Formats: sequence, C-alpha cells, structure tokens
Amino acid sequence: MHPSHFAAVVLFALFASTVFAITQRETPRRMVRYGIYCFVLFVGSAIVLSWLMFLIAR
Amino acid sequence: MATTENKIATSGQPASQAFVYLPLIAGWLVPGAGHFLLRKWLRGTLISVSILAMFALGIAMQGKLYGSPHDILDLLCLVGDLCNGLLYAVTRLAGLGADQVQVTTADWGSRFIVVAGLLNVIAAVDAHNLRTGRKL
Repeated sequence: MHPSHFAAVVLFALFASTVFAITQRETPRRMVRYGIYCFVLFVGSAIVLSWLMFLIAR
Repeated sequence: MATTENKIATSGQPASQAFVYLPLIAGWLVPGAGHFLLRKWLRGTLISVSILAMFALGIAMQGKLYGSPHDILDLLCLVGDLCNGLLYAVTRLAGLGADQVQVTTADWGSRFIVVAGLLNVIAAVDAHNLRTGRKL
C-alpha cells in the first residue's frame, strides 16, 4: 500500500483526532467539536508547513 | 444492622479496589477493551476502530516493527510499539512488519504504528479515569 503523503496526513489526522476527542472531552457535543478542531489543526498545519518548506527550498 | 453494613462496606472496598486497574490493563492489551468493560460501547468502538485501522495501515505501508533497539530513538519507538499491547505481540509472532524502512511510505507506516500505540495508552488511561470516576 503506497498512499500519497496528503492521504497519509488525512488518515493520520482522522484517527488521532477521533481518539483525542473521545479521551479529552466529556460530553458528546464537545467531543465532536474538539475532534473537528483537532482534525482541522492537523491537516491545516501540514498544509501550511508544506508551503513553507516549498518556499524555503526554492 | 449498621454493623452489617459497615462490614459489607469494609469487606467490599478491597474487592472493588482490586479491579480498578482492569480497564487500564484490558485497554492496553486490546484497543477499546477498557471502554467495553465499562459499557461505553460507542466510545470503545470508535477507539478500537481508529487504533486498529492505524496499526493495520502502518503494517500495510510496510512500516517497521521495532525489535532490538540500536540507539535512543529506536528505543523510544520500541516503547511506542509495545504500547499496542497484544497487537504488537501477535504481529511480531506472525512475522508481519518490515525489519528495515525501504520505501518512503514505510516511514509513514512506522510512525502510524508508534502513534497507534501512544493513542492506545491514552485510551487505556481514559478508561481508568472513567472507572475511578475522575471522568464522566
């Protein structure tokens, strides 16, 4: 199995966010919100850092 | 009557205390088992699916299963792998997982396996907190 780097980031973010949400918050509503927050932070920071590295490498 | 209740309370305390760590140990050995023991079916299923999928994807990406550490980073990764509990033991006995990272995605795979272990420990501690009443 050879997923792209972005696919790997998305899968990583999805599973890590799910466990973070369940373990770090108490009510289902807050779990969902925190899970989405973590997912966006994981994927967003990966995209921002990728662009930064791209610009530095040029 | 009061004496009988006191006896039950005092005799019941050590028995309940003895099983306080059961969700923690079960959760470490099998992902999500700690939550299942506490009848948190949805949480347990989500945790179990997430960790199992992450571990399986790591193996499918030809991720490295750390065995004998050669430096401090290898040792840390081995600790992360061991946090997977029985998953690590079964996979190692079955001869799955790469000995060396040979393709780019294998590096991702190795990280997936280590992080699955770390998430498993977080989930096991969460189950322990639910058991002790520290978390609702």
